[in-house]
Amino acid sequence: MAWDRNQMAARAAQELQDGWYVNLGIGIPTLVANYIPDGIEVTLQSENGMLGMGPFPFEGEEDADLINAGKQTITELPKTAYFDSAQSFAMIRGGKIAMAILGAMEVAENGDLANWMIPGKLVKGMGGAMDLVAGVGRVVVVMDHTSKHGESKVLKHCTLPLTGQGVVNRIVTNLGVLDVVPGGLRIVECAEGVTEAELRAATEATIVD
Amino acid sequence: MKKVYDSAAAALDGLLFDGMLIAAGGFGLCGIPELLIQAIREAGTRDLTVASNNAGVDGFGLGVLLESRQGRKMISSYVGENAEFMRQYLSGELELEFNPQGTLAERMRAGGAGIPGFYTKTGVGTVIAEGKEHKEFDGETYILERGIVADLSIVKAWKADPSGNLVFRKTARNFNPPAATCGRVCVAEVEEIVPLGSLEPDSIHLPGIYVHRLIQGQHEKRIEQRTVRKRA
Repeated sequence: MAWDRNQMAARAAQELQDGWYVNLGIGIPTLVANYIPDGIEVTLQSENGMLGMGPFPFEGEEDADLINAGKQTITELPKTAYFDSAQSFAMIRGGKIAMAILGAMEVAENGDLANWMIPGKLVKGMGGAMDLVAGVGRVVVVMDHTSKHGESKVLKHCTLPLTGQGVVNRIVTNLGVLDVVPGGLRIVECAEGVTEAELRAATEATIVD
Repeated sequence: MKKVYDSAAAALDGLLFDGMLIAAGGFGLCGIPELLIQAIREAGTRDLTVASNNAGVDGFGLGVLLESRQGRKMISSYVGENAEFMRQYLSGELELEFNPQGTLAERMRAGGAGIPGFYTKTGVGTVIAEGKEHKEFDGETYILERGIVADLSIVKAWKADPSGNLVFRKTARNFNPPAATCGRVCVAEVEEIVPLGSLEPDSIHLPGIYVHRLIQGQHEKRIEQRTVRKRA
């Protein structure tokens, strides 16, 4: 047993604090918006130029001028503000965004993050991820613990080109939650039905107590 | 001086030349200057370097300039939704300078604001930092990035008045204002040109000083990822 995508998103949502401005990445991080705990009010930033991102529109109400950073149609809220890309990244780089929740291809025990390209194979680009990890207060990564072939993606050193160096604070995977601490990773909790031994076995990175 | 032109081709007349640098607004397919892109395609200008966050998709947006092999180089942060872009890049036909999205936006803003370079933390310790000046401020390392000054900016807005004041709509603003400011010449396409005095001066998003030529036209405004929820 392990967490599925929605359970990972729900666990990542527990990281949110009342009043925070937060940026959610593409993929599982986008699902975090569905699990914001009761009594917590957060404002979602979309780096293409919006604060106060609302849910997906009802069918027939899509607006080509209103999309999120994943190019999905979305809606606005009463508190929404729009701005241009330079201002959007000014608030990111300027440390105004409390937390970013991002996907990853690899993460390392020193907090290095790789999530933008596989040389010779897959070239997507970093989009806003390099700016986010350099600028926001706290970086939480949500990812599968291992590849389809069972190889750990929680590593001693990243093998792929980095998105940022020493930038990750916390890792939420299908197997559990780990923090980046001096000397390696510390286990915060195991996913439901996952033992600490299983989590350790799936982790290449150094685990410290 | 008259800024309003009858067509995209007329608005671009005399501005295009082979090997030029064009800054384009838009994010994905949202807020892209689709009419001006099509007119550049028809003009056949070659060896273009285009600074734009994305390159559209296959067959729409800047993707049409890649299909016609008019591009020599892209300066972009994301190429994920364009198979032809990726194919040309991986085969070496098209040069690609990856810029982090915020760095690209700030390079345009800086270029338009008379700032030739700026230091940023973004990309430190990654391939983006290779070959760039590193400098420490207050114990943190930053890299030097250059402002972009383009030969031509092409942008899309919602409304304009004849003096070139622009108003954008929702997230279609995105890269358009910084792109507009960084061009030696800026051509804007809008959905509606309204009479002078009908835009609220306090609500102008981009003052007309940045906009040299203007056209009104019909926009397809294609949606890239139509995502909806069920009614309760």
